[in-house]
Formats: sequence, C-alpha cells, structure tokens
Amino acid sequence: MKKALILITVILLSACQQQANEEVNLYSARKEALMKPLLDAFTEETGVKVNSISSKADALLTRIKSEGNNSPADVLLTTDAGRLHRAKSAGVFTAINSKILDSTIPSQYRDPQNHWFGLSIRARPIMLTEAATKMGITRYEDLANPKFAEQICIRSSGNIYNQSMVAATIEANGKAATETWAKSMVANFARNPQGGDRDQIRAAAAGQCSIVVANTYYLANMLSDQNKIDDFQAASKVSVIWPNQEDRGTHVNVSGAGVLKTAPNRSNAVKLIEFLASDTAQKLYAEVNFEYPVKETIELHPILQSWGAFKADTLPLSKLGENNSAAVKLMDRAGWK
Amino acid sequence: MTRNINWQITSAAIASLVLLPLLTLTWLSASSNSALWTHLASTVLADYVISSLSLMLGVAITTLLVGVGSAFLVTQYRFRGVNVFHWALLLPLAMPAYITAYSYTGLLDVAGPAQSLLRGQFDLQFGEYWFPEIRSLGGAIFVLSFVLYPYVYLMARASFMEQSQHLRDVARVLGYSRRKAFFRITLPIARPAIIAGVSLALMETLADFGAVSYFGVSSFTTGIFRTWYGLDNVEGAAQLALILLGFVVVLLALEKSSRKRAAYHDKKTAKPAEAKQLRGKKQVLAITLACMPLLLGFIIPCAQLLYWAIENAQQLLTAEFWQLVANTLLLASITASIALFLALLVAYSHRLSQSKLTSFAKNIVGLGYAIPGLVIAVGVLIPLAYFDNTIDGWLRHHVNYSSGLLVSGTIAALVIAYLVRFLAVALNSVESGLNSIRPNMDQAARSLGLSPFSVLKQIHLPIMKGSIMTGLLIVFVDVMKELPATLVLRPFNFNTLAVRAYELASDERLADAALPSITIVLAGLLPVILLSGVSRKTP
Repeated sequence: MKKALILITVILLSACQQQANEEVNLYSARKEALMKPLLDAFTEETGVKVNSISSKADALLTRIKSEGNNSPADVLLTTDAGRLHRAKSAGVFTAINSKILDSTIPSQYRDPQNHWFGLSIRARPIMLTEAATKMGITRYEDLANPKFAEQICIRSSGNIYNQSMVAATIEANGKAATETWAKSMVANFARNPQGGDRDQIRAAAAGQCSIVVANTYYLANMLSDQNKIDDFQAASKVSVIWPNQEDRGTHVNVSGAGVLKTAPNRSNAVKLIEFLASDTAQKLYAEVNFEYPVKETIELHPILQSWGAFKADTLPLSKLGENNSAAVKLMDRAGWK
Repeated sequence: MTRNINWQITSAAIASLVLLPLLTLTWLSASSNSALWTHLASTVLADYVISSLSLMLGVAITTLLVGVGSAFLVTQYRFRGVNVFHWALLLPLAMPAYITAYSYTGLLDVAGPAQSLLRGQFDLQFGEYWFPEIRSLGGAIFVLSFVLYPYVYLMARASFMEQSQHLRDVARVLGYSRRKAFFRITLPIARPAIIAGVSLALMETLADFGAVSYFGVSSFTTGIFRTWYGLDNVEGAAQLALILLGFVVVLLALEKSSRKRAAYHDKKTAKPAEAKQLRGKKQVLAITLACMPLLLGFIIPCAQLLYWAIENAQQLLTAEFWQLVANTLLLASITASIALFLALLVAYSHRLSQSKLTSFAKNIVGLGYAIPGLVIAVGVLIPLAYFDNTIDGWLRHHVNYSSGLLVSGTIAALVIAYLVRFLAVALNSVESGLNSIRPNMDQAARSLGLSPFSVLKQIHLPIMKGSIMTGLLIVFVDVMKELPATLVLRPFNFNTLAVRAYELASDERLADAALPSITIVLAGLLPVILLSGVSRKTP
C-alpha cells in the first residue's frame, strides 16, 4: 500500500513537470532582456513557446551535465566561443545538419562539426582618446610599448573577453611571446584592473588613461542614449581604431548556441537556432545590443557604420576555447589581476 | 537517552541536508591536481589568502568599532532621537552588499558625480588631486563593514540591555567611574554575544562574491570561480572551496571557545541599566556619531539608488516587475518558515538528548552560512539530479514509466539550497532563545506528564516567540538578497528581484538595476523594522 502511494505521488509530481508539445527550453548565458524581443518574435512566427533560464554559462553547463539524460534543456546559448567549445568538449552538444545554418553562417563562426553556431560577432578593438590618436598604435602588440606607461585601461583577467583575446594572441604569436607582451602591457596599466568595459571608457574620458581595450557594443550602447548624458559625453571622447588590419585582423568573439544531445524538443531547438540566423532575427539580435550580425548581408546600425568596415581575425573560434586555460595561467604569471 | 532516539534521528536527518553538498564538494575535489596547485602557489594563491585575511581583519575591526560603538551610544545614553536610532541603525541589514557596492561606485568612481564635481569646481585634471579609490581592498572593507555591522550591533545591544543595573551599581560603589564600569563590567559580559555577531559578519565576508569581485579584489572566493570558470577546473575549485571551509571551521572554533569560557548569569528580574541623559555639545556629538553608520550604510547608497530608480520608474508599470516581487516574497517566506521549523527541531533535539550526534548535527548546520552561494548551488544540484535520475531509472526499468526530473529545476531545489545556506542563521536565533529558558522549567513540565513535544509547544514556543521572529526575519531578508544559488537553480521563466538587479548591473546598466535593487531594500525594510520592535521587547 505504502509503495503504491509513493509510486502514485511520484507519477503525479512528474506529471506536473511534463511539458506540452510545442515548446523549446533554452538555457541562456545571454541576459534575458536581450533575448526577450527575439524569443517573442520566434513564438509569434512559429507558435512554439520558449521557456528560458538565464545564468552563467559554466553554471548552466554544470546543470546540464548533472541533469543528464533527463535534462529538459534543448538549446544552450552562450556569449563567447570559449564556452561553446567547452560544452562541445563535455559532449553535451549534438551535430546539426541544417542547410539554412550552413549557408548563412560563415565557417569560421561555427564549429567544424556543426555542434555550435555563432549568432552575433563581438569585436574587441582598441579605443583612444584624442591625445593618443597620434601615437601610432595600429596593433595589439603596440600596447606593450613602454612609452604607453600608465596609459592603458582594461578590465580584469577574470573576464572572458580578455581571456579569449589572450587565447587568440597565443594562437598568433606563441605562448612565450604572448607572455612577454602581457607582462609589458600590465606594466603600462593606468590602474589595477577593475569594473567593466564601460568603466574603462568612462575612466579614459575622465583622464585616467588614454588607451582602452573594450568591446564595441559597450561603446555603441553609451553613444545610443543621449538621455544618459554623462555616458554619452564620455563615449564621444574616444574613437575606435581597428588593430592588426595589416596582419591577422581585429580580435572577435561570438555569442552562439548549440542543440543538446538530450534535447526533448530537438526539432523546435533547430527551428529556434535557424530563426536566430534569419534576416529579421539577425538584425534584431545584433541591434538590440549593437553587436555585429554573423550574416554579412545585414545592414549595420549607423553607429557601427560610423566606425567603418574592418578586417576580423579569421582564426577558427574553437581555438579560443582550446587555449582558454593556458591564457588564464599566462595572465596569472604576467600579474594581470 | 533512548527515549529521545526519534529526536536524534530527526536532527541527524536535517544535518545531512547540509552535509550533502559538503560531501558532494569533497567528492568533486577527490582527485590529485598537482599541476594546478603548482601554478596557483607560484602565482595567485598568496594574493587570494592575503586579500581574504586582510578583508576579514578590516571587517572585524570596523564592524566591532561601529557595531559596539553604536550599541554603546543607544543603550548607555539618552539623547534626542535615540528611540529612532535604536531601530534605524539596523537598516543597512536590508542592503545587499553588492548593491551597496554598485551605488558607491556610481558615486565615487573616477567618472562619478563626486570626482567630476571636484574636477569641474577646481579646474583639475585627473591625477592632480587625491581621491580614495572605491574599487579597492579598502573600498571592499568599507562597503562590507557598513552593511554587516548591524549583526554586531544587534547582538551587542541585546547584551547591553540584558545586563541589569545592579552589577554596575556594585561597580560604582567599589569606586569605578561610569565609563570604567562599562569597560570593566558591561563589555566583558557582552563579549560572547559580540563575538557571535562578528563571526556572522566574517562568514558573510568570506562568502561574498558580488561586492568583492566588482571591486577587483582577488579574494579566496573570487579565486574559486576563476579556477572553475577560467581554468575550467572543477576539482581545483572544489578543493579551494574546501580550504575556505577550513577557514570557517577555525573561525567557528574560536567563537565557540570564547563562549565556553564565558557563562555569566544574572537575575532575570533585575531592573535594566539606566541610560544617562546627554545635553548640549555632548548631545550633538552623540547624534552625529549615531548618524554616521546610518548615513554610510543606508542613506547615501539608498539616495543614489533612488535617484537612478526615479529616472527609470517606467519599469514599475510592467506586470513582469510585480511578478518578480511576488516570486521573491514567496521564496523568502517559504524558506524562512521551513528554516525556523527545522532549526527548532535541531536545537531542541540537542537540548533533550545532549548527545554527540545532536551536537555534531548542530555544528554541521552552522557551517552552511559561510559557504559561497554558488558552491552550495553546485553541491545541491549534483546530488538532487542524481536522486531524480535514479528514481527515473528505477521506474523505467520496473514499470516502464519515466518520471523525468522530480526535484531538480523546481522551486523545491531552490529552497533546499537556501536552507543549506541559511539554516545556520535560524539556528543561531533559536538557540539563543532556548538557552535563555532554564532547564528546570523543562523538568517541571515533564514531571507533570508533558511529552517532550508538548513541552516545546506549550512551554518553550510562547516564551521564545521573540527569538523565533528574529530568526524568521533575518532568514527572510537573507533569502531576498540571495543571488548566486538562485541564478543557478531556478526553474524556467522564473526570476527574482535579485536576479533582475544583477543581470542589469552586470550588463553595466547600474541605473536600470536601481529599481529592482531599491525594491529589495524596501521589502527588506519591513522585516528589519519589525525585527527592531521584537528585539527591543525581548532582549
């Protein structure tokens, strides 16, 4: 009797957790506010309801791994290629054969085995104040020049964008040269790394430094809202320069997504990623946060157009993931806090 | 003793709830990792340890000075507004440390209004003037101290108020001045309570990730996440977390030993100590001093938040925002009630049986508070998912039915994680309530034929209502502020105010984060004000 009762309870409980058919479950490392307009558009177009949780990518990955075969997750969306690679290495993604995705997303922005797909590009160039524009900075390597002592503002090495940038540099220049470069660059820091990318731009505008390394969408966000006058003015004081145009190109990362091996709603999951790669979504996906669309034919926001076209590093982005822990250790040794 | 076996088992079962994530942590860390440790030891480990120790030392000294100092002022003297200060000094308790950190940064940063004004007024460039750097170790100590001092204040004030006048009368008769009597008699008697307050503050300090990482301080806790996220080394992160736990065990042992030596009893019926009326300059000085912690810990950060929130008030009108409020309150009230119930069982089991098992259970429950929320989240996530998958596997095999995940990804998982972290707080207040009831009361009731449970229900509960309320309210406020575990464990389409505030702030949209932040503070105010009423009536 007791056993039967327990059995019934378990079945009833689990029935509450079972889901209706036309759904897709999204684990997202991209902020909910950025995803919401897109997900709403997806539901409107396809009638598929999206359930989502937003959190840190590594936490979501741990959750997927421990939930195992019963994980409700269909799609994992991250804000950097390193984490996509990490999820692939953990064996949680599955290959997706989609003509739509193959034809719209350039090959360096997706996994060679089609386990994940980049959906927006995040460029990390150098930004300079008026005073620094004539100092002849054209490459990331120039930042190591001792003549820029106390001129550089950049955030902490705990941040994934810096880790990815160093991971890309390791691929281009080798470990030893990258470590020397990082050490000399740390010696040029205007202050202990702190705050986010916007804070670096604000500090430069306030005169604490003249050289900033930051993702462009932070700058564009500050420039887009003239109601927040302090930020608008600060952002107006720096200009973007695209580094390494004569060689490997400017460092870029992607936000992107993959379908999970255990996805209960696999076809809807593919549908969602294909939707995110479509023209309308690409425009929205990029513009809601001023990122660059992965699809080259999409027209850019005027603020992005004003910085001109640039050559992006063509390094396959899975390398960023492969080199990530080497990059962190290297930054530890270089004293980059 | 055997009669209490059910109580003992209950107590052990509750402790195993907290033990489970600790065991998971141990299981995760059980692999050799010498390459990682060589790397850490030769680069950042010393920095982690030194930062964390400096942070603890700084917070200990500051919370002691501010907490004991303000408790001294409001209990020993009478001045204008003292009755308001009595509860107002608790207000910073409602401020999550990371939110205070955000608002001070907005205010004092290079690009913030304070420094911009300075540059504009005196036509200075950056570097031509000195200004304290808020995003630094000192800044972290400052922010954490002014958020956490209320723990010390609360304990010290209760202890000062509990002490009766006659002890000091004796001291005065023996020729001590009023001040000397305070330092020689009142303060030493209050020491165990004060140390308990400081140790709570230090445990929060150790576990803090939000404020510390925002300020770029490489503490032990930020190191755990760097090892996990950056180096993709879960084992190493778990090992670091266990070492952090070692810090906590030492801290708790120190606290316990300080309590053991000090067991002071006083006649409960004695009249409370008299406060001295201050006038003139002294009164102004007292008011100024009492205002300082309130200003720094509450008014200034709140004013900054309010300013931002008013600029972004249109968020208020959305149904989604009110859903956040409802979710947050729901979680906080469920957790607080369960936590108090469980803490009561643990504390009462120990009172009944005084066995090694119950004492061990009590100590285990006490550990959770100092473990960073994210570490607890992972420690809860893994065993729960294992449990769910095992049941699912069994059902598939025997009755060909899949139950899927039963507990993982539900509010229940979230509440379990909160319990692991906050049971310690509930236990603290319940214990202090129980301890103030003399054991001979139990004996009398039992000899009249009441069962242990009836004694608890009919005798203890009514007497210790105050302590229980205190515990309920602190857990309530703590859950509302909790972020990292919520972020990892919550169900689909379910957000709280803290999650929303964090998402916006981490996207560097501090101004947009202000409305959810100030709502956490406002919702946290109510319990804090209630708490002050309760704790004044039942010292």
